[in-house]
Amino acid sequence: MYDFAYQKPGSLADAVKVLSGDMEAKALAGGQTLIPVLKQRLNKPATVVDLSALGLTGITVSGGVITIGAMTRHADIASNADIKAKIPGLAHQASLIGDEAVRHRGTMGGSLANNDPAACYPSALLALGGTIKTDRRTIAADDFFQGMFTTALEQGEIITSIDLPIPEKSAYEKFRNPASRYAIVGVFVAKFANGVRLAITGASQDGVFRHTEMEKALSANFSPDAIAGIVTPADGLNGDIHASSEYRAHLIGVISKRAVAKAA
Amino acid sequence: MAQVTLTVNGKQHTVEVEGRTLLVELLREKLGLTGTHIGCDTSQCGACVVHIDGISVKSCTQLALQADGANILTIEGLADADGTLHPMQEMFREHHALQCGFCTPGMVMTAVDLVQSHPEGLSEKEIREGLEGNLCRCTGYHNIVKAIAAAHPLMHAQAAE
Repeated sequence: MYDFAYQKPGSLADAVKVLSGDMEAKALAGGQTLIPVLKQRLNKPATVVDLSALGLTGITVSGGVITIGAMTRHADIASNADIKAKIPGLAHQASLIGDEAVRHRGTMGGSLANNDPAACYPSALLALGGTIKTDRRTIAADDFFQGMFTTALEQGEIITSIDLPIPEKSAYEKFRNPASRYAIVGVFVAKFANGVRLAITGASQDGVFRHTEMEKALSANFSPDAIAGIVTPADGLNGDIHASSEYRAHLIGVISKRAVAKAA
Repeated sequence: MAQVTLTVNGKQHTVEVEGRTLLVELLREKLGLTGTHIGCDTSQCGACVVHIDGISVKSCTQLALQADGANILTIEGLADADGTLHPMQEMFREHHALQCGFCTPGMVMTAVDLVQSHPEGLSEKEIREGLEGNLCRCTGYHNIVKAIAAAHPLMHAQAAE
């Protein structure tokens, strides 16, 4: 790892100032992705800005929305009674990230800001139609993800919390890489009174995406049979040593049906 | 260089470190606590697991400076001062839960947190799932699972005293 200066600002305003003023500064949330990246010398920040003293943790429920502080850890999301009762798909999703020790450090905001194409949370945010709150604005999920490792966040912009509407039903199904625990294909489905949203992670070269054909079919009939005949083309899907793009295309159908069966 | 002050196994230390110094490097190289192992260095194997404020964490994926003010427990701090083994260590010995021993410090630290955070009991499945971030290359999982199951009632009986 290259050396860097470490800073731990005590206020959001200070953290934004440091990150905005220095193009070579990097925000550190739980560090479960950033530290391995730094070890591999894939990134060389001059300054690492630790966000852990900004008070951005906690889970609250209000008026049909669950709000999760950006620095809330996977372990807290997986075990939270409100999330388990109201968005069980999200609690289950958090329990499948990495392993126990990783879940004790990794955060939801850190994962969303990184937008790894195989990360889990982007599918929950997109399927639930959530909203990202930052130090300066709110960003709808549909506008937030802009391709692999790319988001709408500006230089120095920090996610402070995530608002997730409570659906009638939700579920997450994940076909895991057995070594890394990342999703080869992960499907989050959410049923609301006005329709169904279904988002897929791990599969596309552009990162998380909504499967609109499945959404339409499921909004009319929320059952695995409704999407049994839908074929997903392999164009634009990832192909690597773990799974070809054709295999991922097939998995999208299988895993989506399992997710719907679990939610229904 | 920057300064970090932390408590390790009940003793406070102030150490000069670089920004990039990992917690595991501080423990092994600055404090000489080599019981915490570096296996994969890619956050997968769990040989480096220690407790930070009571919670199991991979110390190879944590900057030393992030631990400023924290209370760290390593494998060296688990037994009593008189050498009496912690129930988890005792059960690892009794059930022959190790062969080469390289993964053992991380296994024990993960297991202690797992048992402490599940006072209601642990099924075999839950134990195996709880160990998913700890790799043993001697294929010793079966006896490790037995040791953890046996340590559960001992640890909770001790905690209740």
